[in-house]
Amino acid sequence: MGHWISIIFVTVLTFCASQSSAAELSGEQRASHVLNRLAYGPRPGDIEYVVHIGAERYIDEQLAPSRIPIPESLTQRLKKISITEMPAGELLRQFFEIQKAAKDNPDNKQQKRDLQKDIGEQTAEARLIRAIYSPRQLEEVMVDFWFNHFNVFAGKGMDRVLVSSYERDAIRPYVFGRFRDLLGATAKHPAMLFYLDNWLSVAADYRPPAFAPKNKKSNVSGLNENYARELMELHTLGVDGGYSQRDVTELARVLTGWTFNPREMARGGAQFHFDKTRHDWGSKDWLNRHVEPRGQNEGEWALDVLASHPATARRISYRLAQYFVSDTPPQPLVDRLARRFLDTQGDIASVLKTLFSSSEFWEPANVGNKFKTPYQYVLSAVRATNVLIINMRPLLGTLNQLGMPLYGCQTPDGYKNTEEAWMNPDALTRRINFATVLAAGRLPLSQTVIPDRFQHIDKRQGVRGSHADAARGQGGLAIDAGQLLNTVGPMFSERTRTVVMGAQPGLRSALLIGSPDFMRH
Amino acid sequence: MDRRTFIRTMGFIGAGLIPMGHSAWAIASDSPTPTQRKLIVIFLRGAVDGLSVVIPYSDASYYRLRPNIAIPRPGVEGGAINLDGRFGLHPALGALEPLWQARKLAFVHAAGSPDPSRSHFDAQDYMESGTPGRKGTVDGWLNRLLAELPGVSTPTRAVAIGPIMPRILSGRASVANIASGNAAGRPSVLDRPQVGDAFARLYQGDDKLGGAYKEARDSHKEVMASMEEEMRAANGGAPLPNGFPQDAARLASLMRNNANVQLAFMALGGWDTHANQGTAKGQLASRLDPLGQGLALLARRLDTLFQQTTIVVMSEFGRTVRQNGNNGTDHGHGNAVWVLGGAVNGGKVYGDWRGLEESHLYENRDVPVTTDFRQILAQIAERHLRLSDGQLGRIFPGMSGGGNLHLIS
Repeated sequence: MGHWISIIFVTVLTFCASQSSAAELSGEQRASHVLNRLAYGPRPGDIEYVVHIGAERYIDEQLAPSRIPIPESLTQRLKKISITEMPAGELLRQFFEIQKAAKDNPDNKQQKRDLQKDIGEQTAEARLIRAIYSPRQLEEVMVDFWFNHFNVFAGKGMDRVLVSSYERDAIRPYVFGRFRDLLGATAKHPAMLFYLDNWLSVAADYRPPAFAPKNKKSNVSGLNENYARELMELHTLGVDGGYSQRDVTELARVLTGWTFNPREMARGGAQFHFDKTRHDWGSKDWLNRHVEPRGQNEGEWALDVLASHPATARRISYRLAQYFVSDTPPQPLVDRLARRFLDTQGDIASVLKTLFSSSEFWEPANVGNKFKTPYQYVLSAVRATNVLIINMRPLLGTLNQLGMPLYGCQTPDGYKNTEEAWMNPDALTRRINFATVLAAGRLPLSQTVIPDRFQHIDKRQGVRGSHADAARGQGGLAIDAGQLLNTVGPMFSERTRTVVMGAQPGLRSALLIGSPDFMRH
Repeated sequence: MDRRTFIRTMGFIGAGLIPMGHSAWAIASDSPTPTQRKLIVIFLRGAVDGLSVVIPYSDASYYRLRPNIAIPRPGVEGGAINLDGRFGLHPALGALEPLWQARKLAFVHAAGSPDPSRSHFDAQDYMESGTPGRKGTVDGWLNRLLAELPGVSTPTRAVAIGPIMPRILSGRASVANIASGNAAGRPSVLDRPQVGDAFARLYQGDDKLGGAYKEARDSHKEVMASMEEEMRAANGGAPLPNGFPQDAARLASLMRNNANVQLAFMALGGWDTHANQGTAKGQLASRLDPLGQGLALLARRLDTLFQQTTIVVMSEFGRTVRQNGNNGTDHGHGNAVWVLGGAVNGGKVYGDWRGLEESHLYENRDVPVTTDFRQILAQIAERHLRLSDGQLGRIFPGMSGGGNLHLIS
């Protein structure tokens, strides 16, 4: 009997030992893992760089992005995109101007569409250029993460021209900061006020000033609970965070008067505006707390309560762990992150640091286990192949086809990042189609683009041909499979390498980018 | 049955204490004979305002509670289309009037989920899982229905239109998803044998993605074959506007040319009208219009197949009875479910309608839910698709039986 027990004991020991040695990731695998999760995958030379400095140092670097210099080439490219620096009010002014022109004269309708499309494309172009070329990769990942968390839809009215400012002014500056600051910035940005209708929400007894235009009067005559509901359900507590329909209505009352005046803003006025005449000055009962009338401070206080609520800490932690570790994140990790969130008053960088140094993040079962979203897939493919991208349209078109148009999520919950949401037969085929044209150099990525507004002018003046000729750049080059293998390295299994190397050379790069291994990260 | 009793009953049923309701139509055997009948589900994400779709124009409270956004009575300019002297149809849905006249279109008013959630996302999830109040359900009810459908399964037996696999069709039975818009049925680079074979070898080794890859290839072949058929039969009709009518027409062609397709799903967004929803014209009308056009086109293009088809249009919940402060409506509860098809006992508004008097409203703001949406779906599954009680119990576990609807003849 004792003999058997000792044999079992030794067997178990041996088994554990072999498990733990298998659990060690090599330096290359560790580099590959951080580049896949904290960045949009490796570009040529990235793996060597991270192996050289060590994955831990790479994480520290990424968490302090201001110390990473931005290459001059990237700065120059962003400078050429005029709206990246343009104030939101100025964009709104242009929007109204052309809207009026189109109203006065139907001939101007095309110009209106062109302007909207142009602003939309510029916004998307700036986002993609940074995501592909910025060395501050984690910052780009977090911009996307938080934009999604506080999603607004660019297809809704004024938000067409406001999203660029929303991302630049309300999201980007706060992605590693305090959650409360991020929450406050999104709550006050016109893009959010407009998207979830809070700009129209007023006290039930509100009467618009006598000089207001008649049609505007009837539009603002009471409460709109859209923002208050999503603020608790999506941005903070979560749907099971313990609030009732009454809490939604009471929070909507608290937030009455949080608005903006588009016309004023277009004239250079303030973006956010607390309108005390619209505010509901009665007392409220919200989340078992009595709220005395204090004007704007009621809302500020409500955001304090929400930002420091344990349910919020749990929800944010869960979402970060789901994004960075696993579709079904381990509960002990979520608990530790939530504790860190509460201990640091919602300091996002601290929570991320805890996450990236956790054993769960480095657990081999959690390496290469996430199915890429279309956004991650497309970005990682162009980063790995290192094609020169002048024209972003083919990438934007691919995102549309894959069901993830940039700034195009209609609903406030944003895009999911799970395999369940994105893996399906048709999606695989489409990704493979994209992989084959990209690998063959047949996507027109390196062509100069003529914005639609010029094409329009060309059409009228009959000189379109000359522009079109100038635009026809040289076709892209086919991607070299050997270089791709070097760049992406440890992601590809032995099996995939064998099958790829057995295929005809012209297909190898397409097979690598379209392989099951590259669908995951 | 009041809400509380209903929930209590549901609780017992959930615990397996009450057997499924028995109906005269139920087939005793648990393995019914294969049927060629079809079911199409259209989901309106964002909660369409059912009180603007099926308008209780004979109810004075409707006009009192919605002074700016009520649809006027029939006969007035921009007024509702009279349905039955009590309810009217939104004027933007005029394309559906012939189907109503032909008694192929019915509505069930005050229908919805027994779960009170006003979260879009939870409510959609429950309607797609078919298990209101239970978040852990892994698959969708349409996938469970597919698994129960007798007969031979083929790669395109169930089809989702759009780039992502919806919750309602996710589960163990395999489902094809095809693109919406012009990309549907386009050839793929994988049709070239050399490329297709190489990728097939690559994906063979992957447990999870390998299966999906194979499904993609199989369904693509079937869809391509039916599309080629369509090219040959090219009808000289005018080109269709983009969006739903186009997808609906394409679905009809696919179903006509490929008898294997029995279940189809499509989702349309943009119904969350919190502000300025409009009346006869405006935001909501501009979305209802292509929906009505598309449904009428679908019925017409299905041609003789329409006799064997049931189409259900549903949304996660209704909207508040009172207009809000911005000429819109907020999240509510009960809504109208639309049912069209050859076997539908149409020309009738079903459901236990209690009027819009404040005392009859759910939580003093919404249309109460008097018909569980699953009763409607179960009746279609039972009478139209001829599934047994045992099968219904597996598709909608924990649902109370029967109801007194006679939607399907």
